[in-house]
Amino acid sequence: MAAAQAKKTTKRPRKSSSQKTNSTKNLTVSEFSDVEELHSYREMLLIRRFEEKAGQLYGMGLIGGFCHLYIGQEAVVIGMQMASTPDDKVITSYRDHGHMLACGMDPKGVMSELTGRESGYSGGKGGSMHMFSIEKNFFGGNGIVGAQVSLGTGLGFSSKYRETDNVSLVYFGDGSANQGQVYESFNMAKLWSLPVIYIIENNRYGMGTSIERHAATTDFSQRGASFDIPGEQVDGMDVRAVKAAGDRAVAHARAGNGPYILEMLTYRYRGHSMSDPAKYRSKEEVQRMRSEHDPIEQVRQRLMAQGISTEDELKSIDKDVRAIVTASAEFAQTEPEPDPSELWTDILR
Amino acid sequence: MARMNMIEAIRSAMDVKLDHDPDVVVFGEDVGFFGGVFRCTAGLQKKYGKSRVFDCPINESGIVGSAIGMAVYGLRPCVEVQFADYIYPAYDQIVSEAARMRYRSAGDFTVPLTIRSPMGGGIFGGQTHSQCPEALFTHVAGLKTIVPSTPYDAKGLLIAAIEDDDPVIFFEPKRLYNGPFDGHHERPAQNWSGHAAGEVPEGHYTVPIGKAAIRREGQDLSIITYGTMCFVAEAAVAETGIDAEIIDVRTLVPLDIDTITQSVKKTGRCMVLHEATQTSGFGAELIAQIQEHCFYHLEAPVERVAGWDTPYPHAQEWDYFPGPARVGRALKSLMEAA
Repeated sequence: MAAAQAKKTTKRPRKSSSQKTNSTKNLTVSEFSDVEELHSYREMLLIRRFEEKAGQLYGMGLIGGFCHLYIGQEAVVIGMQMASTPDDKVITSYRDHGHMLACGMDPKGVMSELTGRESGYSGGKGGSMHMFSIEKNFFGGNGIVGAQVSLGTGLGFSSKYRETDNVSLVYFGDGSANQGQVYESFNMAKLWSLPVIYIIENNRYGMGTSIERHAATTDFSQRGASFDIPGEQVDGMDVRAVKAAGDRAVAHARAGNGPYILEMLTYRYRGHSMSDPAKYRSKEEVQRMRSEHDPIEQVRQRLMAQGISTEDELKSIDKDVRAIVTASAEFAQTEPEPDPSELWTDILR
Repeated sequence: MARMNMIEAIRSAMDVKLDHDPDVVVFGEDVGFFGGVFRCTAGLQKKYGKSRVFDCPINESGIVGSAIGMAVYGLRPCVEVQFADYIYPAYDQIVSEAARMRYRSAGDFTVPLTIRSPMGGGIFGGQTHSQCPEALFTHVAGLKTIVPSTPYDAKGLLIAAIEDDDPVIFFEPKRLYNGPFDGHHERPAQNWSGHAAGEVPEGHYTVPIGKAAIRREGQDLSIITYGTMCFVAEAAVAETGIDAEIIDVRTLVPLDIDTITQSVKKTGRCMVLHEATQTSGFGAELIAQIQEHCFYHLEAPVERVAGWDTPYPHAQEWDYFPGPARVGRALKSLMEAA
């Protein structure tokens, strides 16, 4: 069952405009230990339940403004976190809740930033797209498409300059991959051999524009080819494939070999943001991804098939996760809003 | 004390900081091997090595963006944008990232970044090598904007900027690099060797950010200005014989409104003067604050002299530039008003 499932998931059909000679396709999937299976299951489930709750609170009018849910893409960030260490630097786009939870940030602090409370990670000043944690080495969600790619390149410079062996994990989407500054960053990272892993979360749509309609070449793993940056396409719905590719990329960067590109073939189930009716794709397409490739369901099936967990044990995990999320939602609704005087703080010293 | 022109003073500031603080890095286009198009970084790469003073690809967005990443993670980058006219590709990074990081992280992350850039006309650079875009930055909450006018101030303010925990836009009036240019382009160029402000200490000192300088004391009216126009104002005052007080604001944000207010209340007449185009220029902000603080002390409407609202011309550069003749005429009319 597990083998069949793995084989199926790594053959997700996709359109690729080109098959470059130096394109590395990694279709083999290394097996997880029981501990890794359970860890990834729980962590991905936490993101899923958190995002579902965030969606609910948004619908109830408790979260204002923008809210971009990560549902469907959980395997990407969890697999990458399993391949990296807590000292590595993480920076991402506005679809950032999952990354923060994966970095070990407190769900209460994240949720109460979403609701704009004093106890939020940015004291209510940032909101959904702009949260940070020095302690967890999370350098922000970022509301400007692609801007974080240059910042993340600078993080890599700093790691190297300070003679640490940290790498920076720079996440961006297929839409961002067309921004000019991404290529400025690729050039500098390669020129200076910076320890940066560019993780392109290709969820097939830049907002409402499909990759076929926004990208001249849709094999994003090869976007660094002219800078001689190695790239891989990865089944981003299979956390084991992500972790394995992440291991290779991290080892490459940490050993001083410069940047690495991982294109994660993934999918978001929800709209771009909460206001997106998602008319640019069919219900059937979404349903097919959910039913055939869901990252969490894949692990759940393996846990059961291999006898690692019983259904009751998995239900117990689900219950724990729901309790954490519920507590964060209650916290986020009861904490005070920022004092009016906070409007004028943290601008300049 | 040493004699320095503004280029040497700026280089000396970076030299001092590179020497004192291993977290300081200096980079930009042609900054390392070449030493900068205006030679502001000449010799620094040789002295401090390629890991600390280095060349970048020609990509201002990438330079500033990566510098912000470095700054939020422990470094103090001092980057050069070769001409102020080249800063626009980096504007998004400056406005949306550098200026906003402290606020949106509620003070957790700061961006101790200095962006140096030569600005202003007077070298027949035409519209892409002459502009004064300071108002695009003073408009942005979360940035500090500095325009020095002397070698002494340039060094002291640049050291203060590099030591500052907030992002600083540091515009260097390039017509002042080699001497105190007063707008008389038809006359032989002056150099800093004969000017008191060309006396610059070799080592570390700072000029405080947020403090204006009174360049000339006077009783008849106040000229509020900065950069190259400080010397144009001096020339116009000398030529008209009007006893004007000349205030060099030096740091536009934060603005030393107290020094300005005291002067205007004393003289009762005020001119704001800048090289940048007039509409929505920094002069508009100065005038708004002056009327707010000094309205009942004013004996005449505040006079504004600025660059015309045109692209910076090439052949007609000196028609655009608010030189001593135009400033002098405005001074006379201000004295005659009301």
